[in-house]
Amino acid sequence: MSTRHIVLGLLAAGPSHGYDLKRRHDERFPQARPLAYGQVYTTLQRLVRDGLAEVDGTDADGGPERTRYRATDKGSVELAQWLGEITPPAPFVTNEIFAKVVVATLVAASGESADPAAYLREQRAAHMARMRELTALKTAPGTDLATVLSADYALNHLDADLRWMNTTAGRLAALTEEINTA
Amino acid sequence: MSTHGGTPLLAARELYKSYGRAEALRGASVELAEGEILALTGASGSGKSTLLHCLAGIVRPDDGAVVYDRRRVDRMSEDERSLLRRTEFGVVFQFAQLIPELTVLDNVSLPLLLAGASRPDAHAKAGEWLERFGALGQVTARPGQLSGGQAQRVALARALATGARIVFADEPTGALDSLAAEQTMTALVHAARETGTAVVLVTHDAQVAAYADREVQLRDGKVVGAPGFAPVSASASVSASASASASEEERA
Repeated sequence: MSTRHIVLGLLAAGPSHGYDLKRRHDERFPQARPLAYGQVYTTLQRLVRDGLAEVDGTDADGGPERTRYRATDKGSVELAQWLGEITPPAPFVTNEIFAKVVVATLVAASGESADPAAYLREQRAAHMARMRELTALKTAPGTDLATVLSADYALNHLDADLRWMNTTAGRLAALTEEINTA
Repeated sequence: MSTHGGTPLLAARELYKSYGRAEALRGASVELAEGEILALTGASGSGKSTLLHCLAGIVRPDDGAVVYDRRRVDRMSEDERSLLRRTEFGVVFQFAQLIPELTVLDNVSLPLLLAGASRPDAHAKAGEWLERFGALGQVTARPGQLSGGQAQRVALARALATGARIVFADEPTGALDSLAAEQTMTALVHAARETGTAVVLVTHDAQVAAYADREVQLRDGKVVGAPGFAPVSASASVSASASASASEEERA
């Protein structure tokens, strides 16, 4: 996740103040952690330092003075390059749920207190509860498309975890046996 | 959670059902509250469809009770069960099963006519339901001219038009792509909420199950983790080894 490229992308629509950029970010990425204003400000400073953005002017509108920023040509090139770059599919399998199931199975096989089956059931219930929340959110009348896209993304990833958990629940006995005979 | 402490609208108690030597249900119990949307999930062969068929009075369990509105569905004659399915229950399957020779409007009107409505009344009501499911543009079409999603929404309109108190849907999105599934499920859930209709939804897809208020998971013909059932079924197929079930006690 590159906040600097997202901010550059938001600047592509035209010169903006930090506050407008934050507002538009939160609108477009409704389920993401809201961007802190301080983070927008430091990102803009770095973009200026690296020659990717520059100060366009200042506005007062009767209130405090606000600096307006715009992307430079170099910034546009950098943005285009980022947008076309393939994100490499993750080379390593690292996930907390996966790790817990493996460790719980090892611990249980050694006779200590751990129950991977119960853990999987409870984790599955928590995933289902979150999926119900997201489904209600995305199907509520009048939901904007930004929210739908973001809920879809989350739902598909939760669903992938859930399918893995279902399959793994069916493999636990074999896994325990393998550990015991190793 | 399931019944809010009141009498359930529909309840299955300790159902057993075998097809030949295959035991589809081995003591499954479930309750459905008025207006509740319940998902029955589980792997292929877990018994979820058989449970739905027993609840809807399509098949009769070998043992156990199905109680709907204080009536024993499992003890009803075929005629009584058939009447129940035409009036108080609506049933939708994976493929819409519309009558190919009839227009969409006539398909939805048919159960209303069978229930004694006049043709103009049946058409008016069918039209209202088709509008609710966004299928008003297809009233004169024949089922063969519909997409899978459109056909499924027409089938749902037909299931709900009679004023059914419970709709049973067996993999209603199983033959649809994800966007058509979303439209179908959204239409079903909104219509059910507006009319207070309860829904029993069988699906193997967690994204479909997430439209329900509650999920009941089946494994090997039993309900996983249900109150009073957890010790029997919880880790039955997960592990036959003593270590898994022993550590479960310790955890609790």
